[in-house]
Amino acid sequence: MTNTSTLLVDSVCKEFRRQQVLTDISFEVPEKAITAILGPSGEGKTTLLRLIAGFDRPTSGTLALHGKIVSSPEIHLPPEQRGVGIVPQDGALFPHLTVEENIAFGLPRHQQGRVDEMLTLIGMTSQRSSRPAQLSGGQQQRVSLARALAPSPRLILLDEPFSALDANMRSSMREEVTAIIRKTESTAIIVTHDQEEAMSISDKVVVLLNGTVAQFGSPQEIYENPRSAHVARFIGDANLLSAIVDKGRAFHAIGSSPCSSSSQRVIALVRPEHIRLAHDPQDGHAGVVESRSYFGHDGTLGIRLATGEIVTARLPISELADIGSTVFVASIETATILEN
Amino acid sequence: MTSIRIKRPPIALVLPGLLAALTSIAPLAYLIDIASDRGLNFVWAEIWQQRTFQLVGRSLVLAGSVSIAAVFISVPAAWLVTRGDIPFRSWWRVLLALPLAIPSYLAAFAWISWRPSMAGFTGAFVVLTLVSYPYVFLPVCAALSRLNPAIEEIAVIHGRGRSLQLILLAARQVRGAIATGALLVALYVLSDFGAVATMRYDAFTWVIYSSYRSGFNPSRAAILAIVLVLIAFVLLFGEKILRGQNESLLSARSVDANPRHRVSIKPVAVTFLTTIIVFALAFPIWRVVTWVYRYGSEDSMADIATALWHSVYFSALAALATILLALPIGILAGRYPSRSTSLLEQSTYVTHALPGIVIAISMVFIGVRLLEPIYLQTPLLVIAYVALFLPVAVGSIRAAAEQIPDSLDEISRSLGLRQMAIVRRVTVPLLAPGLLSAGALVLLAGMKELPATMLLRPTGSETLATRLWTYTSVSDYAGAGPYALAIIVFVSIPTAIASRRL
Repeated sequence: MTNTSTLLVDSVCKEFRRQQVLTDISFEVPEKAITAILGPSGEGKTTLLRLIAGFDRPTSGTLALHGKIVSSPEIHLPPEQRGVGIVPQDGALFPHLTVEENIAFGLPRHQQGRVDEMLTLIGMTSQRSSRPAQLSGGQQQRVSLARALAPSPRLILLDEPFSALDANMRSSMREEVTAIIRKTESTAIIVTHDQEEAMSISDKVVVLLNGTVAQFGSPQEIYENPRSAHVARFIGDANLLSAIVDKGRAFHAIGSSPCSSSSQRVIALVRPEHIRLAHDPQDGHAGVVESRSYFGHDGTLGIRLATGEIVTARLPISELADIGSTVFVASIETATILEN
Repeated sequence: MTSIRIKRPPIALVLPGLLAALTSIAPLAYLIDIASDRGLNFVWAEIWQQRTFQLVGRSLVLAGSVSIAAVFISVPAAWLVTRGDIPFRSWWRVLLALPLAIPSYLAAFAWISWRPSMAGFTGAFVVLTLVSYPYVFLPVCAALSRLNPAIEEIAVIHGRGRSLQLILLAARQVRGAIATGALLVALYVLSDFGAVATMRYDAFTWVIYSSYRSGFNPSRAAILAIVLVLIAFVLLFGEKILRGQNESLLSARSVDANPRHRVSIKPVAVTFLTTIIVFALAFPIWRVVTWVYRYGSEDSMADIATALWHSVYFSALAALATILLALPIGILAGRYPSRSTSLLEQSTYVTHALPGIVIAISMVFIGVRLLEPIYLQTPLLVIAYVALFLPVAVGSIRAAAEQIPDSLDEISRSLGLRQMAIVRRVTVPLLAPGLLSAGALVLLAGMKELPATMLLRPTGSETLATRLWTYTSVSDYAGAGPYALAIIVFVSIPTAIASRRL
C-alpha cells in the first residue's frame, strides 16, 4: 500500500437480494487528486459511493482510508466516524437552516472564521443569511460543496453533482467546483455518467461497466489505449473495424497495424479525428459519403467503405464532401488493436 | 435497495414510544381485566340476555339509518359541488363540511330545546345525521373529482342526460368512497355520547354510562364496553379493507378538474344545498344566539371565563403531552420503518375503536384501582385525552416524518452526527410546522370533548363542555346559552379553520 493513496478499494463485491451489483472492484484514489467513477446509469456507481461513505456494507472485499480498514465483512466504521464528505445530486441542503448554518452544520463548534472562509471560497458571502429555497440550483450545489468541505474531510464524494443543472450552467459550475477542490487540496471522487465531464476534470478515471471495473487509469490512457471495444465505444467516438491478423500485423479496411494477438480476428480502433481524406486514390481506400453533419468549427462524414463498414471522419469544414460522392479514406495514426 | 433505514432505532426514541403505546393499550387491557373480574361465566351471563341483544339492535338500527341518511344527503350534494353548474362551488364545499365542527351534544340540545318531542330515536337520528354526514360528503367529493368526465359525456350523448340518471351513474362509480364514508358514519354514531345522551336514546354509550353511574356495576359497564369495542373493531376493519380496494379502483391521476359537461339545475340545486346548511349549521347557531339574546346569562362573566380557562388549560396540557408522546412513535414509524416500529404505531390506533365514554370509564377504573393519587386530578384527565387523541397526532407526524428525504440523514451522518443528534438538529426542526398544527387540533378536540372530561375532571373544575352539559340536562337555556356560544366561537370555528389548513 502506497502512502499517497487516500482510499484503497480491494476486491469489493456487493449483492442485493442475491443479485450481484458490484463485482470485484479494485482501484486506489490518489491523494489531492480528482478521481472520476464513470459509467452508464444503473451500473452500480451510486452503490459504490454508498459503500465508500459507509451507508452500506460490502458483501466481500475491503475498503481502506489512509491505510486503515473501514469496511470489510468483519469491520464497519459508521459514516459519522469516517470523515468522508458528500455532495449529493440535488445538494440536499437543510431547508430549515440558512446558508451559513448549513456550512457550519458539520463543524464541532460554530467556527465563524471557517464559515467565512468557505463563504469566500464559493463566492457567496452576500447570501450568508439566505434560505436554500431562495437559491438557484448552482448556488445550492456550491453551498453543499462548502458544507462538505468545512470540516476538512479526508475524502469528498460528489454524486452526479452537475446533472441537475441546465446545460449552460453545467460547464461553468464544473470549472468552478474543480477549481475549489484543487485550491483546497482536497481529495475527491466524482461520480458521473458523462464521459466528457469525467475526462475534462479528473486525474484518474474508473470506468465502471456491468458492475465491474472495465478500466482504471488517467483520462489520456483510457482514451488512447482502451482495454476493450466496450470501453472504446463508451469513451469518445470510435470507429471499430474488424481486422484479420496475419504474421504479426492486423489488416483492416483502411490500413494495418502491428499486432501481437494470438487470435485470428481482432478489432481495430480508429478515432474519427485520425481519419483524413486523400487527394490521390493511391493513398486511400475508396468509400461513399452517406451522411454529413455540420458543427461549425468542424464537421463529420459517415463514409461506407468497400467492406460495408461505415466509418465516421471528423474533418475541417473545407473537406466536407457532398453526400453520394466518392472519397478516399486514410488513417493518420496507427490503429489501436483490441481483442474481439 | 437496502438503505440507511435498516438500522437500529435510538433507544432514546424507543422508550417514550413504548410508554405511548402503553397509554393506548392500557384502557382496553384494563377493561378486559374488570370485565373478567367475576369469571367468564358471569361475562357470558351478562352478554346472553335479551336486553343486551335489544341494546345491540337499537345501536345498530341507529348507526344503520344514520349512515343511509348521510349517504342520501351527501352523494347528491357532493355531485352538485363537483359536477353541477352552481355558483360559488368551492364555497359550498367548505360550508357543507363545517357541521363536522359542531359538537353533537350542542346540536342535540339546539333541537330538543326547540321540539322536546324529538327525544328518543327521531332526535338522535336527525342530530347524528346532520353532524356526521360530512364523513361521507368529503370522501365522495374527493373521489368524484378524480373521475373521468368522459363517462358522463358518453351518457349524455346516449340520451341519459337527466341529472338524476347522472347522479346514479356517478354514485355507481364511486361506491367504494361511499361505503368507506358510511362505515365512518356508523363508527361515529356508535361512539357518540353527547347526542344519544341528550336525546335519551338507549344506545350503547348511554347505557354503558347509566350502568356505570347507577349502582356502580363496573363489570356490566365493562362487559358492554367490550361488546361495543368489538363492533367498532369490525367496522374499522371493514373500513380498512374497503379503503384498500377503493384505492385500486380509483386512479390517483387527477382528471380534468373542471368538467366540460355541467348540468344546469341551479334553482333545485341551490335549494337543496341551502336546506342542508340551514339544518346542520345555521339552525344550531341561530338557536344558541337566540338564547343568549333572549335570556342573557345566568352565570357571571367570571364563571364563564373560568370555564373557558379550564377548557384551554386541560386541553393545552393534553396537546403538549400528546405531541411529546406522538413524536417518538411518529419518528420511529416514519424514519425507521420495520415490523416492530410499525407494531408500536399500530398499537396507538387501538383507541381509535374505543369510544370516548369507554376510555373515560376504563380510566376511572385505572384511577380508582391503580392511580388513586391522581384520580380526579389533572394528570389522569390529561392521560385520558392522550389516549383519545394519540392516533390522530401519530398519524400526521408519521406522514410528515416520511416526507423528509433520506439524503438529509445521510448527509448529517457524513458530517459526523450521531442518530440522536440528527433527530434533534434535523428531524424535529423539520417536523415543527406539522407538530404545531397537530397540537392545535388536539387542543380544539380536547375543548370539545365531553365524556372523559365529565368523568375525570378535577373536582370543582368546570369546563365549557361540562357546564353546557349540566345546564342542558335540566333544560336551562339561560344557563346553557353563553357556554354554547363560547364553544361555537372558541372551538367550532377554529376547528374548521385548522382542519382546512391540514
